[in-house]
Amino acid sequence: MLPDRGLRDPARSMSPAFLFLLALGLGLAGWLAGRAKARAFTRGADPRRVSARPGYHAWFVAIWVALPLTVLAVVWTTLSPALVDQWVLASPAAQDLPAFGFERQSILAEARAVASGNAAAVFNPAAQGLVEPFREAQQFYSLIGLGFAIAMAIILGLWAYTRVKPAFAARVKVERTVMGLLLLASLVAILTTFGILASLVFETIRFFGMVSPIDFLFGLSWNPDPMANAAAPQGDRYGAIPLFWGTIFIGAIIAMIVAIPLGMMSAIYLTQYASSRWRKIIKPALEILAGVPTVVYGYFAALTVAPAIRDAAQAVGISNASSESALAAGLVMGVMIIPFVSSMADDSIAAVPSAMRDGSLAMGATQSETIKKVLIPAALPGIVGGVMLAVSRAIGETMIVVMAASTAANLSANPLESMTTVTVQIVALLTGEGSFDHPATLSAFALGFVLFMVTLLLNFIALRVVKRFREAYE
Amino acid sequence: MSDPAMTETRQPTRTKAFEKRLKARYAQERRFKVFGLFAILISIAILFVLLGNMTINGIGGFQRAELQVPIDFAQSGLAGDQRSLSQPGAIQTLEMQGLPQIVQFAAEQHIGEAGAQQLSEQAWRDVAASITADPSLINRQETFWLPSSGDLAMGMDGEGSPEMQALASQLESAGVLEKRFDWGFLTRSDATDPQQVGVWGALKGSILTMIITLALAFPVGVLAALYLEEYAPRNRWTDIIEVSINNLAAVPSIIFGLLGLAVFLWIFPNLRSAPLIGGMTLALMTMPVIVISGRNAIKAVPPSIRDGALAIGASPVQVVFHHVLPLALPGILTGTIIGMARALGETAPLLLIGMRAFVATPPDGFTSPATVLPVQIFLWSDEIDRGFIERTSAAIIVLLLFLLVMNALAIYLRNKFEKSW
Repeated sequence: MLPDRGLRDPARSMSPAFLFLLALGLGLAGWLAGRAKARAFTRGADPRRVSARPGYHAWFVAIWVALPLTVLAVVWTTLSPALVDQWVLASPAAQDLPAFGFERQSILAEARAVASGNAAAVFNPAAQGLVEPFREAQQFYSLIGLGFAIAMAIILGLWAYTRVKPAFAARVKVERTVMGLLLLASLVAILTTFGILASLVFETIRFFGMVSPIDFLFGLSWNPDPMANAAAPQGDRYGAIPLFWGTIFIGAIIAMIVAIPLGMMSAIYLTQYASSRWRKIIKPALEILAGVPTVVYGYFAALTVAPAIRDAAQAVGISNASSESALAAGLVMGVMIIPFVSSMADDSIAAVPSAMRDGSLAMGATQSETIKKVLIPAALPGIVGGVMLAVSRAIGETMIVVMAASTAANLSANPLESMTTVTVQIVALLTGEGSFDHPATLSAFALGFVLFMVTLLLNFIALRVVKRFREAYE
Repeated sequence: MSDPAMTETRQPTRTKAFEKRLKARYAQERRFKVFGLFAILISIAILFVLLGNMTINGIGGFQRAELQVPIDFAQSGLAGDQRSLSQPGAIQTLEMQGLPQIVQFAAEQHIGEAGAQQLSEQAWRDVAASITADPSLINRQETFWLPSSGDLAMGMDGEGSPEMQALASQLESAGVLEKRFDWGFLTRSDATDPQQVGVWGALKGSILTMIITLALAFPVGVLAALYLEEYAPRNRWTDIIEVSINNLAAVPSIIFGLLGLAVFLWIFPNLRSAPLIGGMTLALMTMPVIVISGRNAIKAVPPSIRDGALAIGASPVQVVFHHVLPLALPGILTGTIIGMARALGETAPLLLIGMRAFVATPPDGFTSPATVLPVQIFLWSDEIDRGFIERTSAAIIVLLLFLLVMNALAIYLRNKFEKSW
């Protein structure tokens, strides 16, 4: 391949990066032109007759050039692959493609890769005939897009340039655009929430079209088979109760048994007993514990903790202990949550008015009595809220359980047995080979929907509780 | 002055029972305090076990078993000049000229047939790489340290078959087999043989993904924080925006993976496992963190600054962009770095959008298939070959070092620019 092919090939010149660079370059040109024109009439003019500084005129022109171009770049790169595919499918070479399914997709993908220079040659001879149509289509649509983009930028730029006059209130226009951008940026959050809900709800409804919600929510056996016939009813395979139980047992019971006492006591010691020098050393150490990536915890759980627990159990005579025990995953998850619980407890105790503490100490209570009988009861709502947030974080945690817990569903209360969780199943079902029309794949979205709603509910209640508690002392 | 009758009836306060109660209460106090200290020490101890475990295993992962092979190129009959050897196809040319056989022969001469058989199949590639880097090698003799097979490496660690252990100890005593620091671990990519793996491919994928995440999440996050803190009217829309940002910050990361899978991969079906999609997914996850920390930083700028600017005639937009934003920027940057560190360690959402593919070459752009460092760690931890255990720990060390640098930078920024007004 010639090294300069990328430059000559128009298919490449419509790449998103190129369009953004084009927007940047043309925008800069507009900026300079606008500023030059504004400077010319500002110089020597009566400042009261000029309604904006040259910089604002420059930005006005630049915005009109670059902003529509950026929007066009985003829209075009999203749309053009579909247009290219349509062109190719309409070409005579596409007539003898297999009608549907995986093979058709892979042939198309291969031809596309060769045409756009990502692959050197095709493996499947059926794709060879499609390379040329792909290249043609890409060139055609690239030229259209590029021509349209440049024409639009020039027309809008010229129009904006003619508006640059001494009496023109460029600053107001520019500031209005800035405010629009700010509003748009904050709407991204709503859009994301909406996107999450839409994608989860949409796929969940499709899943419930195949498996009844009652089977899913109350069934006791979880055993999805991605290879089974998708059309056959298989409600008895998708009973999610064992998953919910595993999630609660690992995330809300074992992990909290570790995290609540350790986190609470660390917070109490740090805030009530430790000297400020100690605190300066210990607090960052706890923060490090919070900053370790979960994949590292997962590796630690799977490689060090789980075998140790199995060996310990076998040493005391429990021979059926699993090497993927719920205990290992839960313990390590608890350690991960310690800093979180600790900082929540820290905040809630700090929010208790010091008059209450001073009063208790003045009455002759020891420090521990003050903590146990005054501070903790007073901070309890905040602490409960913090624990709920910790639970919501633990049940949504993925990597520790993916690496240390098992994938086989098991309804049991024995922490030494293997168990699976909602997040493990989501990963297992979506990283397999299943197609998007199969209930096994769709069930992952249903599980995700349940997880999303539960964490949302926990967060909502917890934030309410914490807020009301704060207000009580303000 | 006091009534004498009263003093007579007054009991001594410090009775025996009182002293006993007091003692018990003080004992309880001490127990409580020790329990608190104990809780902290346990947490710290776990941290040390975790980090110590990774370090001890990981140091081995930066080394590999290598065999000493001196090769006399002058006699080997390899042809080629300065120019042809520095061209891209040179490695294929060298293979066709029989470089693998030359390396094998030299190894047999130096370390015997049994040892030479345990030379890694890919060992000649290292030699070829040295030749293309320095074509003048072809006229002289050079001693190489080349990777051994995985079996021999295991024999060296006292594992594997007894024959291998015997061979390893024999070669070691002859001084031709050594554990040597493996710089290549930082420059190679994924492979099926633990002797040949490296983290560069995954690291580059991580860097590309982080660039996309930063480019999307930072501007959007800062602008949204400015809007909410400075301009937003108190109404229902603003409430909805605030609630959704707070909720997004608490949504489990895997849900963002589901979003990426259902939305981004539906729009761009050809970009499976590309850093672009990974970066977009992580940006949605990081944006709320930046908004929340950004709002706190903006809130910390005192109102007198705004009032002063407004008083001399600045417009609301000028107040924010000329005065508030520059003063809040260090705080915003600190929050951004912390958010980026979290995104760098994130694994689950990237698994769902297909960044778990086996990628043996470093990605050359935002749209080519890639994996990231945490996912690489996950993939290696799943390997059956025992040689991967140390490599995984070494990759974890690389990841932790990156996180450490980022967090140290955040702390430095916070300390350097933090102002109390």
